[in-house]
Amino acid sequence: MSPKIEISILSEIKLEKPITYRSKPYLINSNRITLFVYYSKKQISSLHSFFLSCLFYMIDFILNNQIIKTSAGAGITLLDFIRDFQQLKGTKIGCREGDCGACTVLVGELVDNSVAYQSITCCISPLGNANGKHIVTVEGINLPKELNTVQKAMVDNFATQCGFCTPGFVVSMTGFALENKINTTCNDAISGNICRCTGYKSIEKAGFEIEEKLQQRDNNHQIDWLIKEGFIPNYFETIAERLKQLKTQHSEIESSNRVKVANGTDLYVRHADKLADENVELLADKKELKGILFSEGVCTLGANTTVTEIANSTELQALFLKLKKFMKLISSEPIRNMGTLGGNFVNASPIGDMSIFFLALNSTLTIQKEDGTERHIPFQEFHQKYKVFDLQEDEILKSLSFKVLDANESFNFEKVSKRTHLDIASVNSAGRLSVKNNIVTDAHFAVGGAAEIPKYLHKTSEFLVGKALNAETVKKAEAVLQSEISPISDVRGASEYKRLLARQLFYAHFIELFPSEIELNKLIGQ
Amino acid sequence: MKNIDSFTHVRGESLYVDDLMLRQDVLFGLCFDSPKAHGKIKSVDYSKAEALKGVIKIFTYKDILGENQIGGIIQDEPLWAEDEVHFWGQPIAFIVAETEAIAKKARALITIDIEELPVITTAKEAKEKGSFINAPRSFKLGDSAKTFADCEYVFEGETFSNGQEHLYLETQGCYAVPQENGSIKLTSSTQGPTAVQKTAARVLGVPMHKIEVDVIRLGGGFGGKEDQATPWAVMAAVAVQYLNRPVKFMLNRHDDLRMTGKRHPYSSFYKIGLTKDLKIKAFEVEFLQNSGAAADLSPAIAERTLFHACNSYFIPNVSTTVYSCKTNLPPNTAFRGFGGPQGMFVIESAISAVADKIGIDRRQIQEENLLAENDEFSYGQIATQVEAKNTWFSAKEKFQFEKLEDEVFAFNQENKRFTKGISLMPITFGISFTNTQMNHARALIHIYLDGSVGVSTGAVEMGQGVNTKMLQVAQSVLGVSANRVKIETTNTTRVANTSPSAASSTADLNGKAVEMACKSLIDRLRKVAAKMLSSEEKNISFQEDFVYLDAEKTALSWEELITQAMAQRVALSENAHYATPIIHFDKTKEKGHPFAYHVYGTAITTVTVDCLRGTYEIDAVKMVHDFGKSMNYAVDMGQIEGGLAQGIGWMTMEEIAYGKDGRLLSNALSTYKIPDIFSAPKTVETIPLETEGSEWAIKKSKATGEPPLMYGIGTYFAIQKAVKAFNPNYKLKFHAPFTPEKVLMGLYEK
Repeated sequence: MSPKIEISILSEIKLEKPITYRSKPYLINSNRITLFVYYSKKQISSLHSFFLSCLFYMIDFILNNQIIKTSAGAGITLLDFIRDFQQLKGTKIGCREGDCGACTVLVGELVDNSVAYQSITCCISPLGNANGKHIVTVEGINLPKELNTVQKAMVDNFATQCGFCTPGFVVSMTGFALENKINTTCNDAISGNICRCTGYKSIEKAGFEIEEKLQQRDNNHQIDWLIKEGFIPNYFETIAERLKQLKTQHSEIESSNRVKVANGTDLYVRHADKLADENVELLADKKELKGILFSEGVCTLGANTTVTEIANSTELQALFLKLKKFMKLISSEPIRNMGTLGGNFVNASPIGDMSIFFLALNSTLTIQKEDGTERHIPFQEFHQKYKVFDLQEDEILKSLSFKVLDANESFNFEKVSKRTHLDIASVNSAGRLSVKNNIVTDAHFAVGGAAEIPKYLHKTSEFLVGKALNAETVKKAEAVLQSEISPISDVRGASEYKRLLARQLFYAHFIELFPSEIELNKLIGQ
Repeated sequence: MKNIDSFTHVRGESLYVDDLMLRQDVLFGLCFDSPKAHGKIKSVDYSKAEALKGVIKIFTYKDILGENQIGGIIQDEPLWAEDEVHFWGQPIAFIVAETEAIAKKARALITIDIEELPVITTAKEAKEKGSFINAPRSFKLGDSAKTFADCEYVFEGETFSNGQEHLYLETQGCYAVPQENGSIKLTSSTQGPTAVQKTAARVLGVPMHKIEVDVIRLGGGFGGKEDQATPWAVMAAVAVQYLNRPVKFMLNRHDDLRMTGKRHPYSSFYKIGLTKDLKIKAFEVEFLQNSGAAADLSPAIAERTLFHACNSYFIPNVSTTVYSCKTNLPPNTAFRGFGGPQGMFVIESAISAVADKIGIDRRQIQEENLLAENDEFSYGQIATQVEAKNTWFSAKEKFQFEKLEDEVFAFNQENKRFTKGISLMPITFGISFTNTQMNHARALIHIYLDGSVGVSTGAVEMGQGVNTKMLQVAQSVLGVSANRVKIETTNTTRVANTSPSAASSTADLNGKAVEMACKSLIDRLRKVAAKMLSSEEKNISFQEDFVYLDAEKTALSWEELITQAMAQRVALSENAHYATPIIHFDKTKEKGHPFAYHVYGTAITTVTVDCLRGTYEIDAVKMVHDFGKSMNYAVDMGQIEGGLAQGIGWMTMEEIAYGKDGRLLSNALSTYKIPDIFSAPKTVETIPLETEGSEWAIKKSKATGEPPLMYGIGTYFAIQKAVKAFNPNYKLKFHAPFTPEKVLMGLYEK
């Protein structure tokens, strides 16, 4: 692309938004970039794109059936790119905080030789995270003329009224068909979709129909089967190959001194406008921050591990029999698909579910400096004051590890919020308990929503060690717990409620773990 | 027939305001609102914001050429605040910029100095301070004061029901485009196109014909866009008037939550008197409606509270008064039920309280007092075609209530970790705008040359399926197939001076107008057909796109007939006007016949409470509902289930919270929770009670929009019973919503 250049003309490219650039060879003024270039009039458009590609790193991905190469800022939301840049208006804006699901899209990623799909809310997802992926909007699952299987089920069951939330539901349900997860229901797949019109029962019926159809699916040729059964259009069969091509062309995005963003479920709720203009450093695809490893009785989870990855880990499931149930209490399907451990820890919310979960596991954090050196600290010491934590500017949270539970140990997680699912806890709590011959030999309890940080209950845990496991011990320990917490009244509940709830959830651990020894009526004296 | 929009809905192809193709020179608007709930504006500094590149202009009240007034019922609300602000989130200025992002940056650069004044956030406080929107209203029947002396049981109590955010998934918004000669086209997400048109004309100082309002559809309204879609459209219109460029203004969710009003919270004080045989002989209530900072629709909503204060019960001596209390909250507004649910919650609470004190089940009192034929409502209307007892006893019988009750009892005997509760909730809801003069509608029908049909009405489609019903009416009267009929957008240039789509009456009013217009067209076409078939008009009918003669299909097709009619210069367009007969109401006496008819039903709700955690699940809601003769069960069932879910949300988890300073604390979807799929009842069953319907209902198919919301009230009392079953010390409280917090505190109350 080096056309014969003739005359000097001043060309001004007006951009929608200020955009990120790799170097500064040209005059840049707010959202205008002035290029002094030579070109013939015929070559205007090719030169524009040529210069753009020189100046800015590109994000390459497949959007529905179309390959996208864009120089749009990596920090803008995928939602804005879809609606405003691509004019795909089926993806709706409901809340821009991941709490309604109207903007649900699917993200397909090459895993081995096939594409693994999951749903996300694209309002809080940076465009840059689409790099190298297949993004599917409702337009991308439409068949040319007739309705697809999910859409038909929705229509047949009268599951759409005002229609605004509907594309989100349709996409989530199609994701359910594509995901091929065991032991999940269509309701789980739409747990992040809010509908204000229908009351859900009709949507649920549509879901049952879909579940029934999927019973017959051919797991060996899943995509082909879904195409044949009219769930998805034909082009899906080409995606794996096209993603491979895309991968080879793609080089890692450079990063320096930028706002670190994993999957955005917290940062983009609060700062989407700001991040649109920022140089974001995207962590999501950093392999060294991913993975769940078991070695010598220690489990290590990369900071980038998502809640879904935890929930789906067969090893962790073997360790925590109720793991899926616990994880279902955390947000919704699309948010679990995005939300990372590290994000939850550095968000530093006193009610961070993952913080509470792993505090009670008595975990250790590995923190890495830019120069590659590492330090390890007990997770209990990470959170210091409200939203203050032990992580320097040049450091990154790398991983978390905890000792695998032995035969005498058990673990429980509890959470109560105004709405059971897709809500932030009023109080959450977790406990890890080792009991030998009915004597507590080790205990680690944590409670959220009851102090300015996710609270590791030092005194309560210490108190329990060496005591006989019975109702009396639990009641006494609970009194210690009350001395350790200091909940405040806010929109998630009055302080006296949180105190009572902290007690109840503390009791719940024992009732759940030792149902024959500890009963509710003994604890509350009825 | 399925909702005619479902095909495009599920494909993401249905268009909402935010999806419209924009003109290239479009600008974006954003509202700057008050950061204090009450005070005098000392100064506002816009200079930095105005200097920001890309900001075109910041509009304030000074830029208004007409009146700075958007009040509907009472003229008490400016579009943009002038010297004082009266609620947190009150619009002060309107930033217009090249992009929304620039507008947001500009907004952050505006500084304001407000001299704060005392803030009132509760109705009780407002009443104490004498802060009211208008004079109180009172309904009276018999002599309650005297009757209490004759009652065996007399109890007094207090109740509170909180507000409710509409949470339409599509936020408020408008796209305003200049036309020629100073005209402006507003594509608005409004339930009231005429309200938008009228108010825009008034604020801009132009005649109404300069303002065209078009509504494609709404991504939910629920009352929240009846009156409160107006200011946003008018702001955009003011900017267009000045700039002569298109302006798009979609509220983001946080702005929408902060700036718009909600369902009214009510504090109420009741006194109830019963005879020994449980007949409610006297009932008095003082309702304190938290109206917010301006009237909006509050007076009309207050009125409907009085209309429904006795729910489905006949009480011979009633005295009810409602105060619309002026506070420093955003003006509260219409929300499905329109004050009715708040009224019903009080009588249901009173019954519960009395039952608890007497030591009987609340349903015994309910059952003793159900409305019967020819009973008089406290507003003078005589109840006819009453189905209260019918739905009540049908529900009990068809859903085997006694068995369900026994099961709950047995469960609670055996189980202490979990308890169950069961309740019955009857509803009686009056259909018509209570303001008689609003009960009218028009339809404009075009039959095109090729026989296809376009239908315009004043009805706004917002998910309730009104377009589907309009199509059904047109198709059935014209005798053509559904695919020949198109329902057009709601547009003030085609159908003018409309009432908003509200009060559950949209299908009735507009449907009747469509029916009339189609009948007129058919009368004309019958003449043409009779001549063509050499027969008499009375022998001609139309079915399935063909002309029928003496009920026999002829070879004369609809298309051919239309071609002939056109050739004979017969008018193929028709406009019809419908106004509900029989209704009237005299506000000086507070008596009359305000409702065309009533809708009845009864719901049975069972819940399970987790007594360890204070959480609960709704096991089932089973309803017998009076549909009249439903013209579309699918659409109507959707209204029942959706209304129920909203009612349950209002009674359980939806908790509006304002700080003492008047700031909205439940200001995002992370802090304001509406039901998700897991909070829906596990079972929802509806048995339609086929009744005679009403001749004032379209095709005798009774209105279904608002009534089912009130089935949700049953959930409150079912939870209450489950709590009481666990903790006999629990003192009944009537303070909705019954959140997990209140449940847990109740379970462990000493």
